[in-house]
Amino acid sequence: MELEEKAEEVLESLWIHHEDTGNNYLPIDEVEISYREGIEQLVKVSYVTLSEDIVQLTDKGRPFARNVVRRHRLAERLLADVMGTGDQLMHEKACKFEHLLDRGLDENICSLLGHPKVCPHGKPIPPGNCCQLQHHQGQRVVSPLSQLSPGQTGRVAYIYAPEVEQLQKLTAMGILPGAPITLAQNFPSYVFHIRETQFAVDEEIAQSIYVRLVNPENIGEAEAVERPRRNQTIGKLAQRLGLR
Amino acid sequence: MPEIKSLQTDYDGPIESALSSISKLLRGHYGISKRMVALLLLQEDAEIERQVKEQEDENYKSIQNILPEVKSNYGHPLSYIIAMTRQQKVNNVLDSVIATRDKSDKGFAELLSRAMMNPLSGIIILFGVLYFGLYQFVGVFGAGTLVDFIESIVFGEWINPWVSGIANTIIPFQILRDLFVGEYGLVTLGLSYAIAIILPIVGTFFIIFSIIEDSGYLPRLAMLIDRIFKAIGLSGRAVIPMVLGFGCDTMATIVTRTQETRRERIITTLLLALAIPCSAQLGVILAILSGDGWSLSIWVGVITLVFLLVGFVASKAIPGRGPSFYMEVPPLRLPKLSNVLTKTYSRLQWYFFEVLPFFLYASVFLWLGDLTGVLDIITSWLEPVVVLIGLPPEASIAFLYGFFRRDFGAAGLYDLNTAGALVGVPLVVAAVTITLFIPCIAQFGVMLKERGIKTAIAITLFVFPFAFAVGYLVNLILTTLGVAL
Repeated sequence: MELEEKAEEVLESLWIHHEDTGNNYLPIDEVEISYREGIEQLVKVSYVTLSEDIVQLTDKGRPFARNVVRRHRLAERLLADVMGTGDQLMHEKACKFEHLLDRGLDENICSLLGHPKVCPHGKPIPPGNCCQLQHHQGQRVVSPLSQLSPGQTGRVAYIYAPEVEQLQKLTAMGILPGAPITLAQNFPSYVFHIRETQFAVDEEIAQSIYVRLVNPENIGEAEAVERPRRNQTIGKLAQRLGLR
Repeated sequence: MPEIKSLQTDYDGPIESALSSISKLLRGHYGISKRMVALLLLQEDAEIERQVKEQEDENYKSIQNILPEVKSNYGHPLSYIIAMTRQQKVNNVLDSVIATRDKSDKGFAELLSRAMMNPLSGIIILFGVLYFGLYQFVGVFGAGTLVDFIESIVFGEWINPWVSGIANTIIPFQILRDLFVGEYGLVTLGLSYAIAIILPIVGTFFIIFSIIEDSGYLPRLAMLIDRIFKAIGLSGRAVIPMVLGFGCDTMATIVTRTQETRRERIITTLLLALAIPCSAQLGVILAILSGDGWSLSIWVGVITLVFLLVGFVASKAIPGRGPSFYMEVPPLRLPKLSNVLTKTYSRLQWYFFEVLPFFLYASVFLWLGDLTGVLDIITSWLEPVVVLIGLPPEASIAFLYGFFRRDFGAAGLYDLNTAGALVGVPLVVAAVTITLFIPCIAQFGVMLKERGIKTAIAITLFVFPFAFAVGYLVNLILTTLGVAL
């Protein structure tokens, strides 16, 4: 059964509230008015309970709420990293986008983006099956530096560093979004060029630098086969969004 | 071109408004603009936070309240947001004035750089550097040719007889004469060893080290070795103190300051004290063992094994987060002679001011010890341990010397070796034990200063019995296997 968009928005609000406060319930007043109709459908499939104007997420509803949030944040990543959408437009578009990323499409996008761990605002993206498998096949648009092949080039898309200290190290090295970056070597350590400087880092740091591949022509033979598939995925999405 | 009077970066709305409200609240004197202070506060700079807390008594609370408010606007730390804005500004400026040329030609430097970072050719180059730089230049030329010349000609034939002559005429008492020119005399032992042995060995090492440092080889070596060093709780960065340790462990212990975490500093200090022979010691040991390839190989093998094993255990035993490795790899450059000489000179100067006094005290202590018989007592304590690891009892004095000066210990072995009292398996056992045994007195002093009394004593208490235990084991294994060297 497919959930209505409004129902999905309610699940999303519940999940975010849970992230922020640790509580899995929400007074109905705090649910945006336009979404409230969605609650009815959720109660019917017992994803939430509604009593005394309190909406509560059930165990059954949890994985669905998690999935909605995952799709929303993946959509944000896609819009930010691949389509270069600005901050204002991003949230609005992502809200539409997330409903289209169903039936496994989220896994394709997730692989395409190199299994990102956080959204552009720094909030965690709940991992999917594809992230656990971490299959390296399939072409990507964004990939951690650690998974590039030597010679591959791109621009820094974003940094994923759970600890502030590490982030500060990287910023001090001038590793910031938009900087052109080329991997030179990946063993025994990672060596890369960023602007006019060359750095050597260990795997942990290489994993935290996400690179948007800007020059697919240089990527290699395997890419030639993979690219049509990627274009198809993006094309399909764009069509659904009404962008093409 | 228009003259730029000032260059101000405009930040995002919430940051700008926070900057202006913080600036208005600031009353103290910081020597930099209020906007700068506010920016540093937003970036959570510990030093400026301390200063603001000190200077702004009334407004400190209100300033503090502003911070979480701004932060809530962003999903990333403010330092990151600020750095991004600045980078944007820099890019804008650069884009308008810089044109990049496509540099497609790969020169020799680039090829060499790649060869140094390739695991296979990199190891070959490393051995080349070790062989020509360390073995040939420091070992054979510095510790051999130069030491022979300065020790036997300059001191043996010129200075010592001259000073002895003077001492004999102006100092009437034998005891006091000994303090200056006797067996443990300040001139004949302290100064002559410092200048005759230390100067040529450490000097040649510092020349090589400065060349290696200026060429840009060290970051490439660090990158090559990072994975191995991670296993012993260190990052590739630790090659710098380690390589320097082959010159002087005392200086290397000070250089551990550049390491990021306390944990790394402790592990490096321990390994320097235990398994890295300094150039003075290395020179003498190479001289004793170089006659026999097998002896040398066993010594290298045992020391390497101990280095890795102790590092591994220490990395498991000492709590704390694992190190991370990041390092700029500058282009390879041909070192400039003037820079190399200046660096070598300033390092030698440091060495003579910081380390030499310890050796002079050591001379006085040995003179006193000899005079009072304390030396004999300590030697007699060491004897049974020395005999236990299969060495002749006379070797115990070498171990005692070893504490005062690493190379003294090795030099003591050298004397025994040339006298024919120490050959074959016992020689290797002695070389291994004396390499591991106790840091020299200067290094111990620096360990106290840098790591604190507890850690320094803990390391020493570990190293002492451990060195003999390894010596015992090596002796046991070699004699059980019936190895004849």
